[in-house]
Amino acid sequence: MKTSILACLALALPLCASANPILESYRTAAKQENPAFKDFSAATGQKFYTTKVGALSCAACHTDSPMAAGKHASTNKEILPLAPTANPKRFTDAANVEKWFKRNCNDVLKRACTAQEKGDFMSYVLSVK
Amino acid sequence: MNSLFTPPTRLLVGRIATGLLIVLSAATSAHAEEDGKRGFFDFFRGEGSKAVAQTPAPPKYQQECASCHMAYPPGLLPPSSWQHLMSNLGKHYGTDASLAAQDATLIGNWLNTNAGTYKRVSGAPPEDRISQSDWFLRKHRAGEVPANVWTRASVRSPANCSACHSGAEQGNFNEHQVRIPG
Repeated sequence: MKTSILACLALALPLCASANPILESYRTAAKQENPAFKDFSAATGQKFYTTKVGALSCAACHTDSPMAAGKHASTNKEILPLAPTANPKRFTDAANVEKWFKRNCNDVLKRACTAQEKGDFMSYVLSVK
Repeated sequence: MNSLFTPPTRLLVGRIATGLLIVLSAATSAHAEEDGKRGFFDFFRGEGSKAVAQTPAPPKYQQECASCHMAYPPGLLPPSSWQHLMSNLGKHYGTDASLAAQDATLIGNWLNTNAGTYKRVSGAPPEDRISQSDWFLRKHRAGEVPANVWTRASVRSPANCSACHSGAEQGNFNEHQVRIPG
């Protein structure tokens, strides 16, 4: 009995340990923004990632796959992959994540992203392998 | 008889004059300037090859200013351009590039210290764009760089120095190392 409990914990803990604190902070913010908030959706995030607003979308610079290196739409500057599976530094620095959400949401949507949008986006990008 | 201008003297004076003429014309010719290296004749012009000398860039410069475009050597613009750019980061060529105050100060100081002070970089170019400077337009005129180069997917824009100048971020724009991609 004890060993099976320990085995269960051993399986569950790594999953808990890999919860991204930045994503969790957006979860809290999303609940505050919208009391009816349920959860983030990677599928919604993927749709958001590829939706064009005018000439731009996330994919316009980051390419259709977060695993691939991207290119700035105007300058051609190489952009390292977004997905942590390809680039482990991604989504580890909260200030950096917020800075780029602020800049890029303004570029594409001409407004700030909601916590829901940020969380959906992150859920998608974190899930890509 | 004029003892001062004897034939041997005249010959010597003539040879010295010719020598000086050769040296001076080589010094004033534009060709040596094109080289990124500081050669003997650069002594006579004091600009060009030293335009992109600088103290090492703070890591913040690469981090904050080279995510979307290459890290431009500060010597390519005058201090007034850099100051203008740094005070208008919210409207940076169509995007919001604003920085935390202390980062902006740190980067701004480095840019100001290492900005271009030589004659050809003295005036602020239109829109503070390096690629709109007189010297840039002259060096990249249609006879030197075919107009269709700028629209190639591998190049995209004159702001993309590294497309053809692989040593651009290190300030190396040596004409002999240019490779225009297809």
